[in-house]
Amino acid sequence: MKTKEQNLKTWFKSGSPWVWMTASGVSIAVIMTIGLLAVIAMRGLGHFWPADVIEAQYQVPGEAARVMAGELVQEEQVPRARLAAAGLPVDVKGGEFMTRELFKVGNREVYGSDFSWTVAEWMSEPRTPEDLMVMERREWGNFYGYLVNVKENGQVVAEGEAAWDELQNRISRVDDLHAQVVALEKGDIGRINHGLEQLRLESRKLELKGQLDATAQADLEARRAELDAEYKGLESRLIDLNQQLGRDSVAVKTADGREQDIALSKVVRAYQPNAMGTGAKLGFYVAKLWEFVSDEPREANTEGGIFPAIFGTIMMTLIMAVIVTPFGVLAAIYLREYAKQGPMTRIIRIAVNNLAGVPAIVYGVFGLGFFVYVLGGSIDRLFFPESAPAPTFGTPGLLWASLTLAILAVPVVIVATEEGLARIPRALREGSLALGATKAETLWKVVLPMASPAMMTGMILAVARAAGEVAPLMLVGVVKLAPSLPVDGNYPYLHLDQKIMHLGFHIYDVGFQSPNVEAARPLVYATAFLLVLVIALLNLSAVFIRNHLREKYKALDH
Amino acid sequence: MNDLANNRMSASNSHRIDFDTPALQRKRRMRALKDRMARWYVSIGGLAVLACITLIFFYLAYVVAPMFGGADMEAREAQQPSWLAGQGEALLLSIEEQNKVAMRLSRSGQVQFFAVKDAAPMNDFQLALPAGASIASVSEDQPGSRRVVLGLSNGQVLVFEHAYKVSYPNNVKTITPELIYPFGEAPISLDDQGRALEHVAISQNGDSLMLSASTGAELHLLSISREENLMTGEVSLDEERIVLPQIAEPIKAMVIDPRQQWLFVINGKATADVFDLRSKSLNGRYTLLNGEAEVTAVNPLLGGISLMIGDSKGGIAQWFMVRDHDGKAALTRIRDFQLENAAITQILPEERRKGFIALDAAGNLGIFHSTAHRTLLIEKVAEGPGSAALSPRANRVLVESSGQLQRFAIDNPHPEISWSALWGKVWYESYDEPKYVWQSTSANSDFEPKMSLAPLTFGTLKAAFYAMLLAAPLAICAAIYTAYFMAPAMRRKVKPVIELMEALPTVILGFFAGLFLAPYVEGHLPGIFSLLLLTPVGVLLAAFAWSRLPERIRLVIPDGWEAALLIPVIIVIGWGSLGMSGYLENWFFGGDMRLWISNDLGITFDQRNALVVGLAMGFAVIPNIYSIAEDAVFSVPKSLTFGSLALGATPWQTLTRVVILTASPGIFSALMIGLGRAVGETMIVLMATGNTPIMDMNIFQGLRTLAANVAVEMPESEVGSTHYRVLFLSALVLLSFTFVMNTLAELIRTRLRKKYASL
Repeated sequence: MKTKEQNLKTWFKSGSPWVWMTASGVSIAVIMTIGLLAVIAMRGLGHFWPADVIEAQYQVPGEAARVMAGELVQEEQVPRARLAAAGLPVDVKGGEFMTRELFKVGNREVYGSDFSWTVAEWMSEPRTPEDLMVMERREWGNFYGYLVNVKENGQVVAEGEAAWDELQNRISRVDDLHAQVVALEKGDIGRINHGLEQLRLESRKLELKGQLDATAQADLEARRAELDAEYKGLESRLIDLNQQLGRDSVAVKTADGREQDIALSKVVRAYQPNAMGTGAKLGFYVAKLWEFVSDEPREANTEGGIFPAIFGTIMMTLIMAVIVTPFGVLAAIYLREYAKQGPMTRIIRIAVNNLAGVPAIVYGVFGLGFFVYVLGGSIDRLFFPESAPAPTFGTPGLLWASLTLAILAVPVVIVATEEGLARIPRALREGSLALGATKAETLWKVVLPMASPAMMTGMILAVARAAGEVAPLMLVGVVKLAPSLPVDGNYPYLHLDQKIMHLGFHIYDVGFQSPNVEAARPLVYATAFLLVLVIALLNLSAVFIRNHLREKYKALDH
Repeated sequence: MNDLANNRMSASNSHRIDFDTPALQRKRRMRALKDRMARWYVSIGGLAVLACITLIFFYLAYVVAPMFGGADMEAREAQQPSWLAGQGEALLLSIEEQNKVAMRLSRSGQVQFFAVKDAAPMNDFQLALPAGASIASVSEDQPGSRRVVLGLSNGQVLVFEHAYKVSYPNNVKTITPELIYPFGEAPISLDDQGRALEHVAISQNGDSLMLSASTGAELHLLSISREENLMTGEVSLDEERIVLPQIAEPIKAMVIDPRQQWLFVINGKATADVFDLRSKSLNGRYTLLNGEAEVTAVNPLLGGISLMIGDSKGGIAQWFMVRDHDGKAALTRIRDFQLENAAITQILPEERRKGFIALDAAGNLGIFHSTAHRTLLIEKVAEGPGSAALSPRANRVLVESSGQLQRFAIDNPHPEISWSALWGKVWYESYDEPKYVWQSTSANSDFEPKMSLAPLTFGTLKAAFYAMLLAAPLAICAAIYTAYFMAPAMRRKVKPVIELMEALPTVILGFFAGLFLAPYVEGHLPGIFSLLLLTPVGVLLAAFAWSRLPERIRLVIPDGWEAALLIPVIIVIGWGSLGMSGYLENWFFGGDMRLWISNDLGITFDQRNALVVGLAMGFAVIPNIYSIAEDAVFSVPKSLTFGSLALGATPWQTLTRVVILTASPGIFSALMIGLGRAVGETMIVLMATGNTPIMDMNIFQGLRTLAANVAVEMPESEVGSTHYRVLFLSALVLLSFTFVMNTLAELIRTRLRKKYASL
């Protein structure tokens, strides 16, 4: 006993327990990071897997039994007392815990909500019938139930076994038609609308200049008539397509026996997850994943894809990178190569460090006040008087978002580039100078090429930082739903004044501002996973380049 | 450096190449020029960074500055229009919305409209006074209602409204003034005995009109409700006489509040009798002033809750009804203003804000704001007593004094902000006591904006405090271990993970905290707390167990890999404590800890609370603190540690007595940078808290930070408004705070680096 006590005492005295305690700090940080990533990845990627749809008898004590069908989303053990406190008719006797399950039951137009909490103990006869069908729709969320028949113009064309194949055929036809409608609306009609708007602005411009005489007016009128005529033709085609779209419908039946008709034009896809093998599910999974990254959002961003958000994020960070890289590199070169290392450079270095530490929202406020209202307002007054009072650049938009992020990310580029410049051995510079090159030539031909990977690192880190920042963007040009992409076929092709969608803001908006948070949650996880993935890859590549660079200069030093 | 332009190379050494041919000279000059241009270009680019941060700072300050300026008043040309002569004193002056037309009511019952600019007369109307009656008193309803009541010498009252129709004949904006009699042109009788009504008051609330008048100490009160028959469109008036307890002294003034609950009767020298009109009883008798002073002017502010009471010594006091603990309302003195020393003759409330102007008998005019408790301007506008009108936008004042009309333009854009309004406790209307409140907007127009930055600053510091509580120990432990004990091979693996942690977008952390962590923590409260307790204990136990293991096993894992060994240990502890959360709840908290907290402890519990923010923001701050602290510890010169170890100190002794002492400024600066980050963080607090601006240190309640507040309210605030500027001010506060923190941290680190270099 005594030796043991002695042991404990010496053990404590050796300081080893405290070493272990400090070690736990590292372990906890690592566990937290990896755990967070794992949860996001699991939840985000799991969403696209077609889970089995369970049908079961559900009876709340004291109420009539009913049949329900849905996907199991979540399952948890809850103390019996808490369920009782929530007002459920829980039996006082029994185990300490009860299992509570969250089912996605869909059929929002019937049940009022997509989700339903159930108590597992009250559920009986669970089964997974093969012909239970999930139908993804353009409105009202998913439908869970059985297919009764397929109708064309109200006449039944297929019933029973044959109905399923017929349905699939007709859904692919509807898909084609839908794609045509979208192409027509976004492409041709969008172009005509753009043209009409341009004509309006042109006439207003002439009016402001006092040059809107009869000939100009006639010319504008002729062009307008031309566009109008073109529009008439397209409109009739659109009406025709919409009529074709409305041809088919299906009769369906929910698990508890309620029948209804669904127009096929509202259906995106239908599948029977219980009948699918692993291979089919895998194929379905890939298709859903592709839809997620390549499609437009549906139903107030809670369904469909996030392509506009991905596109907006990329566009914005690209423009930001184009602005920030020269500026940051210039500053770094000044600090490292030209400035006398005195109080002035110290102040600048402190300023750079400060710039890195300023809260992002402050940049947002500055961007909104200075870029949008001061700069944008002046640009509007000088160059776009014809579109007043509607602002062109005097409102949050892509350009201002990129500029704001550029000042936010400039310290990252400066620090990385400076580090790269500092690692270039003195001997190389001196050699170049000794051979008679001027300082600018040394810089341009010797130093910068060697430092280019460092600049690359800086740029990548800046892009990573910018891609993940949301707070300032909420003020300077990111919206929950942009009507069109900032790049399209209409002159000037890149619309710097447009508002854009953004992955980070999408997460905030869908996760916190959406009316149907529960339904949107898996999509938010998926979006978050995508964002994390992009940023992790960018960062790891920056780390890789940097480490590679270090090795290279180590070799040069010797 | 090679100075090409001036250094002519000597040709004597070279026999074959002539370096001084004109072409080469030209080329040399070009190269020198390029070199100089590059120097300039780069220098300008570099200095632009410095310019950038100063620009941010100055731009924010430039937007904020106008809030703290006072008001300006500019006198315009005085007018002496001929129509004014012989009209006698003005009973009422008023200006309409566009500052184009003014109205003047004279004692004879003539309503004269005239142009504000040159006092040119426009329409005039003679009020239909009963034969032999004259106007004895006049009073207006709520600011902006344009409803006027006249007390006549025969015991009747006349109610009229002055309205201004805007039309555009021939594209010229024309304002046509007119008079409307909403309750008929016939006077309404208040005193059956036909005595002169010395004072009147009016209040209309929807279809219900309340009129009061006084003769001497006698009070008459009439409630009229107007009913419109839906079928016929016929209007019928329903009159009811209200009898109130008698008043002892002669009445001086009366005010009925817009909700028609209170009737304030100022009588005697300085007494206020307050009647509850719902129960038709006396609420109380209050002494308004002590000493010699007398009440000389009374007017309610916008919204009718506050009474501004001016006295004969030039003082103005704000009073309103305040409920005490038992719910009984009492007229309470809130704050005081002082004009000059002459008696206050007129108090005019603004129609859009809780500001007012006051005029005294000596012709001094003061501009004040009640909430901000601010005196914005005091200026002499007339020689002696006069009468004034304030325009609805509060940017013009018209003063009539000794037969002369004088116009003033007022520039008073932001009266509602003062140091006390931003940072102090303010007694807002309808509140029971002075409080710190942030409530910037509301649906109704007579709302008193409450812009105290105190609850937001408090929320910011609270969030930062809880975040630092988690992050500081973890990050510093991790930094010390990584820099001092960890095996290099493991270090190479751990550092990218931490860098990844730093790169995680805060929106991800915020979303994770709000959507996953908050409900999870709520459901596993005992588990979370036992996790916080059990982790250190479990780690120590594991460490001790490891030290007891046979050497054979211990030597398999070299020193510096303890952290890797602890990962499974901590996972097991976490799994265990979260797993037993439900049992703990059943055993100790009756199955639901959340209910237990709110019922048994009486603490409010929000799902998105400071605990969740602390966890999430702690996560965000850890890598910031870690990387700087690790750098500081790692760069402690090896000679110091080797010296200490050589003298027989254990590694732990070396660490605590040598390394940490040397690196402590660096660790301190790491903490400062972490704090700066936590204070400015937006997305996490935006998403992980309920954004309720309350002041309470309770870990289970939400909060609202300065940054989140800016993010929430900025898109909706009107450019250039006070709200907009206050949000800029919060941004400036954030900027200054982080600026100070970062600069200090940077200076400390520079000094430390110098110290290391000298060692």
